[in-house]
Amino acid sequence: MLSDSDRIFTNLYGLGDRSLSGAKKRGQWDNTKALLALGRDKIIEEVKASGLRGRGGAGFSTGMKWSFMPKEIDPQRPHYLVINADESEPGTCKDREIMRNDPHTLVEGAMIASYAMGAHACYIYVRGEFIAEREALQAAVDEAYAANLIGKNNTHGYPFDLYVHHGAGAYICGEETALIESLEGKKGMPRLKPPFPANVGLYGCPTTVNNVESIAVVPTILRRGAAWFAGIGRPNNAGTKLFCISGHVNTPCNIEEAMSISFRELIDAHCGGVRGGWDNLLAVIPGGSSVRCLPAHEIIDCPMDFDSLSKLGSGLGTAAVIVMDKSTDIIRAIARLSYFYKHESCGQCTPCREGTGWMWRVMQRMVEGRAQKKEIDMLFDVSKQIEGHTICALGDAAAWPVQGLITHFRDVIEQRIDQYTANPHSDPVRVAAE
Amino acid sequence: MTKILVDGVEVDVPGEFTLLQACEEAGAEVPRFCYHERLSIAGNCRMCLVEVKGGPPKPQASCAMSVKDLRPGPNGAPPEVFTKSPMVKKAREGVMEFLLLNHPLDCPICDQGGECDLQDQALVFGGDSSRYHENKRAVEDKFIGPLVKTEMTRCIHCTRCVRFTAEVAGTSDMGAIGRGEDMEITTYLEGAMTSELQGNVADLCPVGALLPKPQNFRARPWEYQKTETIDVMDALGSNIRVDSRGREVIRILPRVNDLVNEEWISDKTRQIVDGLKTQRLDRPYIRENGRLRPANWSEALSLVAAKTKATPAARIGALVGDLAAAEEIFALKLLAEQLGTPHLDCRQDGAKLDAKAGRASYLFNATIAGIEEADGLLIIGSNPRKESPVLNARIRKRWLAGDFTVSLVGEAVDLTYDYHYCGAGPESLSQFIKSAQPIGKLLVLIGQGALARPDGGVLLSLAAQAAQKLGGASAEWNGFSVLHTAAARVGALDLGFTPAPGGLDAQSMAQAGALDLIFNLGADELSIHPGAFVVYIGTHGDRGAHRADVILPGASFTEKSGLYANTEGRVQLASRVVFPPGEAREDWAILRALSGALGAPLPFDSLATLRKKLIETYPHFGRIDQIAPGSVSQIATLASAAGDVSRESLRSTITDFYLTNPIARASAVMAECSALAQSRLTQAAE
Amino acid sequence: MSVRRLAENQPDSFDFTPENKAWLDKQIAKYPDGRQASAVVPALWQAQKQNNYWLPQKAIEKVAEILGMPKIRVLEVATFYTMFNLEPVGKYYIQLCGTTPCMLCGSDDLIKVLERRVGPQRKVTADGLFSWLEVECLGACCNAPMVQINDDFFEDLTPQNFEKLLDDLAAGRTVKIGSQTGRVSSEPAGKLTSLTSLYGAK
Repeated sequence: MLSDSDRIFTNLYGLGDRSLSGAKKRGQWDNTKALLALGRDKIIEEVKASGLRGRGGAGFSTGMKWSFMPKEIDPQRPHYLVINADESEPGTCKDREIMRNDPHTLVEGAMIASYAMGAHACYIYVRGEFIAEREALQAAVDEAYAANLIGKNNTHGYPFDLYVHHGAGAYICGEETALIESLEGKKGMPRLKPPFPANVGLYGCPTTVNNVESIAVVPTILRRGAAWFAGIGRPNNAGTKLFCISGHVNTPCNIEEAMSISFRELIDAHCGGVRGGWDNLLAVIPGGSSVRCLPAHEIIDCPMDFDSLSKLGSGLGTAAVIVMDKSTDIIRAIARLSYFYKHESCGQCTPCREGTGWMWRVMQRMVEGRAQKKEIDMLFDVSKQIEGHTICALGDAAAWPVQGLITHFRDVIEQRIDQYTANPHSDPVRVAAE
Repeated sequence: MTKILVDGVEVDVPGEFTLLQACEEAGAEVPRFCYHERLSIAGNCRMCLVEVKGGPPKPQASCAMSVKDLRPGPNGAPPEVFTKSPMVKKAREGVMEFLLLNHPLDCPICDQGGECDLQDQALVFGGDSSRYHENKRAVEDKFIGPLVKTEMTRCIHCTRCVRFTAEVAGTSDMGAIGRGEDMEITTYLEGAMTSELQGNVADLCPVGALLPKPQNFRARPWEYQKTETIDVMDALGSNIRVDSRGREVIRILPRVNDLVNEEWISDKTRQIVDGLKTQRLDRPYIRENGRLRPANWSEALSLVAAKTKATPAARIGALVGDLAAAEEIFALKLLAEQLGTPHLDCRQDGAKLDAKAGRASYLFNATIAGIEEADGLLIIGSNPRKESPVLNARIRKRWLAGDFTVSLVGEAVDLTYDYHYCGAGPESLSQFIKSAQPIGKLLVLIGQGALARPDGGVLLSLAAQAAQKLGGASAEWNGFSVLHTAAARVGALDLGFTPAPGGLDAQSMAQAGALDLIFNLGADELSIHPGAFVVYIGTHGDRGAHRADVILPGASFTEKSGLYANTEGRVQLASRVVFPPGEAREDWAILRALSGALGAPLPFDSLATLRKKLIETYPHFGRIDQIAPGSVSQIATLASAAGDVSRESLRSTITDFYLTNPIARASAVMAECSALAQSRLTQAAE
Repeated sequence: MSVRRLAENQPDSFDFTPENKAWLDKQIAKYPDGRQASAVVPALWQAQKQNNYWLPQKAIEKVAEILGMPKIRVLEVATFYTMFNLEPVGKYYIQLCGTTPCMLCGSDDLIKVLERRVGPQRKVTADGLFSWLEVECLGACCNAPMVQINDDFFEDLTPQNFEKLLDDLAAGRTVKIGSQTGRVSSEPAGKLTSLTSLYGAK
């Protein structure tokens, strides 16, 4: 278990002073100038060496991503850092706490990351629903401007502007190119890649898009050294991580823990155990709605990190752990996610636009059992027909929960179908409203 | 150049090529819906997925990935693309199944049937049945204007129409509202589209969601007789295909010609179809006691012959209108020469252009394709958007490519691109010439609005000066460009159909008492004052016919074969699609018959001999699809002329784009478009 | 997401109040020259707030005019993003999160409360006080189930405390924003399991 001294977000719950002075007392903005003095290359090297993998879900090396930005800066094409605070992945609510309770970790991180990539402007794209969070973050930004920590002529000697931008209700804007489109004032429809944002991003300029948590941990990593961060967790799965545990545990919570902590330890130490005890555990979605769910026996002693979970065919994603006990109607739980993806598909490309609706409609019937067993394979095939055929990863994200369900809980679906066929309804079959 | 293997076939293509282009180069067929080579890449239909070696391990949209994005193999082996592998076959079947999930099964009543990309590709690349048993989606149809009918349930969301209006037309009329499976293509609150090129969206639509409204349920593709010909609605000479059934023209579509119209046509070019049938003059008429009465040919011709014989040559004039082909202009000129009259003119608008100043003085010398090479543009007295929408789209294309400044002298109107406004009057032009800096290849576009006025000759000279001084006239680049509005004009000028020494121009001929007999070959934009006896050879009951004393019914452009020279001087051959209605005859035949009635038959008995004679006299008419360029030295001569200009503002000669000629004015569809455009103007003024 | 259309009854005009216009000018200044379209979402959002939480046609056109965008592009944005209400909503506009984490924790029961007290979704109560909509994950999963009422989150709901919340709102009483069970934010209920060295066990 992680000790408090190794925790980065020391005001995660807002129990302490959220203002700049409070943040400074907790060690933020402490001689930031010295961190910048490391120089662009050294900062990127440190972040690479720390083993920090993107906290937005994909888990790509943050330092590596930064290194893709052009070394030379074309004055006609300024560099941008865009911070993805469009936290909308079901189960995920960690960035929210950073923004409202510990915002200066983010503001300072934004300054350092921008410096490392030669960006003089940074936009933080906050999901539209986070209104209080947006205001809290804006207040922190204003404080930083007032204290001349950021701005055109700040005390750090690196001109830097930080702007808070917001969306208005579209999960897809969490996809980095859709986010850029949205930030440019368009519908959030993902762009074709290549070109990647590091070459052609915001306003056609080199841009890096990073998750809030990825940026907010950077100042501490630099202060304490890459080795410290890399020493937590297991190789290739380094550092501390915010886990969001929701669902059927006794005390759901956000918690900063060491990467690779086992699922059992995580739940026992911080969530008061599974509701009704460990024997009552049915399944877990370990990384936000977009990853495949895992049955109890596979997850219980699994280390919670990128590699271990992907070995099980699932993923760490955003580390949003959705726990489901045996009272859960697992088909309905996944069907609800299918509805989510249908609702949030941007409609741009064919497989996702048409496929998410199809999957949801079949899933709806399967919740009732009003389906044929051969449709289970068909559904699986349809999900495979979406996966990997779309412009962005939303197609994959919609397919995986369904695949996880069929892989691990086919028997439940079959039982439901049997039940339905064994008990024909006296009243006419209700046709789905849509 | 980069080597790449497509299904094992090695091709060497530029690195910027998309995989789709590389596949085409290698002869591999790749299905697609959203991809269109003249629009930006959307990559949304996912139909063109291919498998690649040297790239990501999942199917890739070949329209969106370029050859240089692929990495060569470990030993430098070229990257590979597969278009027939099991992965690709499965991917295509999957996408096709998705596309058809919510597509209605109404092919039997869909006008697109037979030329539908979805139908065709489903047959080749799709599976044999659907596994979708849920309810299908229905989408409300949208009103998007009088020219395009919608059947939105059929839409596959390829967004070609949206991209066309935003990129090519530059009007941002269409968009996709909502999201996900509820995304809908529409205009803003179902208002009519505002572009003069809106009809093209129906061509672009790969399915039957957007269809040409006037042709609704008229015919099926396989019923058409398809004739390739040339448009005469403006001076661009758009290449078109006219589809007819029996004796009736049903629709007009663009043909691809990158040098002229790429693959777009204006709405006027496309939808005057009904105007070809209404208000037609289908028999001769003679005016008696102030009223026109039907007559037969011999009666009409002998009356004209008698009148001609009784009139001294100096009192006879000949006018050529805007839609005439070179052959009949030539025939009329021969007739006029035979009669000995000096009074000939083709410039019914009074444009101060003179063939004697050389071909460069009245051609769009930069050429239409040349617009894309220009570094800057100066527009003088023209609204290209109304005078030639397709040419305007070419200017916009150049403007979108960047590093292109447009300056305008004349009316400040919405041209779909930004420009520097110099002012409305000629003094702004003089000022511009004085103050502007030369910029590489300048294109000086002068419109009829600057020429069809008393000081037009001086303005023409000023335009030449601008070209001389600012980079518009050099050995490599002749940017001096006259934008004509009349399809017949350049041909008529080439044939020298302008007043002989001592002859009157069109405007003077039209004055009361100027002449006693006027042969009017389709000049309907000119008001001929009472006095002269007018013999009108034309097609429609328009202004010319109303003023006529004898009407000899001619053939419209779809009813005759003829040569036209477009605004850049490109000679193109139009073909006959159908026969003229009733007793109407091809114009050259009418003139030949008239000369016979006069007892001095013109020296040809067939169109072929007439054309042969025409080409003997004017050889460049024999070089179809080519331009005989004018000499840039003529620009210098032109620039040396001097004179005074008035202070009057320059104004385009076209006030209503939809009603510029007798055919268009006879069209109910054009009338509806015109009324809509007028109401928009009124609304904007409020 | 279903097909979204502008409301049938529309106000005749819309213009930003001077304060909101000044606010919008400041937003536009955040973006580089010529990129004012970036401000379209904030502009529409402010227009919606000014107009009782729904977005009228004239506001869409006003925003298009101010930002120099074609109207259809602004309409696209207004219909794409689901937080833009295209029809009137209640004074208290309740967005109930119904996605799986909240569903697991009992959002179904909250839906029953809303259906009984407020009626079907999208319909404003006769007194104009309430309307509700089931929305997708609002990002407060550790405090599930929850709703957003206008700008504020109300978390850790049960049918009982939710009913009380609605009662209080209807009666015009002040309500506590955030957790309805006394949590500060998303810490474990009862006692802290981390950061105890800084804040004690509770």
